Amino acid sequence: MLKLKNVNTFYGNIQALRNINIEVAKGEIITLIGANGAGKTTTLMTISGVVPPRTGEVIYDGEPIHKKSPDKIVKMGISQVPEGRLIFPDLTIMENLDMGAFLRNDSAGIKEDMDHAFELFPILYERRKQLGGNLSGGEQQMLAISRALMARPKLLLLDEPSLGLAPLIIRQIFEIVKKINKESGTTVFLVEQNANLALKTAHRGYVMENGEIILSDTSEKLLANEDVKKAYLGL
Amino acid sequence: MDYFLELFFSGLTRGSIYALIALGYTMVYGIIELINFAHGEIYMIGAFVGLTVAGVLTSFGFPATSIMVLASMAAIVYAAAYGYTLEKIAYRPLRSAPRLSPLISAIGMSIFLQNYVMLAQTSDFISFPSLTPEFAFLDKYSSTIGSSDFLIIVVAAVVMVLLTLFIKFTRMGKAMRATAQNRKMAMLVGVNVDQVISVTFIVGSSLAAVGGVLIASHIGQINFFIGFIAGIKAFTAAVLGGIGSVPGAMLGGLILGWTESFCTGYVSSDYEDVFAFALLVIILIFRPSGLLGKAPIQKV
Ligand SMILES: Nc1ncnc2c1ncn2[C@@H]1O[C@H](COP(=O)(O)OP(=O)(O)OP(=O)(O)O)[C@@H](O)[C@H]1O
Ligand SMILES: [Mg+2]
Repeated sequence: MLKLKNVNTFYGNIQALRNINIEVAKGEIITLIGANGAGKTTTLMTISGVVPPRTGEVIYDGEPIHKKSPDKIVKMGISQVPEGRLIFPDLTIMENLDMGAFLRNDSAGIKEDMDHAFELFPILYERRKQLGGNLSGGEQQMLAISRALMARPKLLLLDEPSLGLAPLIIRQIFEIVKKINKESGTTVFLVEQNANLALKTAHRGYVMENGEIILSDTSEKLLANEDVKKAYLGL
Repeated sequence: MDYFLELFFSGLTRGSIYALIALGYTMVYGIIELINFAHGEIYMIGAFVGLTVAGVLTSFGFPATSIMVLASMAAIVYAAAYGYTLEKIAYRPLRSAPRLSPLISAIGMSIFLQNYVMLAQTSDFISFPSLTPEFAFLDKYSSTIGSSDFLIIVVAAVVMVLLTLFIKFTRMGKAMRATAQNRKMAMLVGVNVDQVISVTFIVGSSLAAVGGVLIASHIGQINFFIGFIAGIKAFTAAVLGGIGSVPGAMLGGLILGWTESFCTGYVSSDYEDVFAFALLVIILIFRPSGLLGKAPIQKV
């Protein structure tokens, strides 16, 4: 479904991604793990078209998308829950969700999906008229995920959804990610530093270091890998 | 009391114009965090286009009211085209450059446009015809409010209501609010941010053009430098209200207009600008982000 081929991405003169090759099959949950500054966020931003690659290709559903603008990429079915959640602070929860559906105009379907988000996260319904800026970290993460789902994505990119959240909420969020993947067949590309949890959630994983993919395998094998254990699982 | 009302309305008239121009500063700042120093020149160009069109139409013997409408429309189209082009050539290429670069580019464009109009037109004041129809129902009140004051106040109010509705309820308005709050996230939900920025410049320039034609017809003369002075005042109004805030620009404009009008009326007309800037300083001491502004300004 998604294929990164020899992708090199730069910030000015600084190279953040080196020859990245990643493949994601339809219906999969894959995870990309790595330390701070490895290039995980950059990988997602490259896929979303916010930081286009200098060389290499990003192929989605058989079509090259690395020269497309972010709005075209969203339109094709790729949504991102970015690092730091980036909730619109002066919009209410409902308005934030509505922004997630910016490119849709089936108001009945949008309403339906909003109700679905409220079912998934009842707390969002209780706070629906509150401004995004006044939500707790956990609530913001729930809202960010729901907002991304409002676009009815085929591929969902998640950037460190566990960051700064209490263990209980993290578990709840990962359960929902699995549920979304199972029930609506949404493909999930999960970026995490919490390697243990990520590998337990995903089918396959990639390990990134200094802008390069140094390992890729099924989750079980990565969880059993001595190097991964030492570097990312704290064992 | 009559004198008070007279000052009240003349302040409201001025303030309405400041607000119309201030909106352009504040909207652009809200979206791309740039102080568009050339915005005053867009207003000035609007006034010149209005004058040219009014001159031609007058020679064809059109009635004043239709001249006013057509001249304003021409000014809007022209100013919008200038604003759009300005962003495309002077700011867009610098979007990822250090913050100072687009600011310098803005100052450069301001100087360029002033000199361009000075060379293309003249450096002298040119008289601008009064295009305001006489409103008979205002006859009784002619000592407190003139027809052109009335027209300016009403037009500005209508325009500002329309703008507010546009921002609140249209799809483009939503895209603008989202972009102002978080540009990256706006992209990630599918907003075409380039388009939003262009529309912001077009809308801001159109408002300035309306202000330009109205005030030129009210005062009766223009030259290439009017954009500089009005621009600084309107920028002050935008900062006063909280730069980036649309209602703030409206409020800031009115407060500035009244301050100038009452202070010159009751104290002394020699210090008009002193009062305006003293007010700015006082408000910024107590509310560093302006009256309706949000986060403290750290990005100028
Ligand atoms: N806007 C930017 N300008 C310049 N360099 C950047 C920018 N964003 C990221 N980088 C650099 O690119 C590299 C990769 O950063 P990236 O944010 O992709 O890492 P990450 O794996 O997401 O890290 P983290 O786990 O801390 O979020 C880092 O060296 C970082 O300093
Ligand atoms: Mg990151």
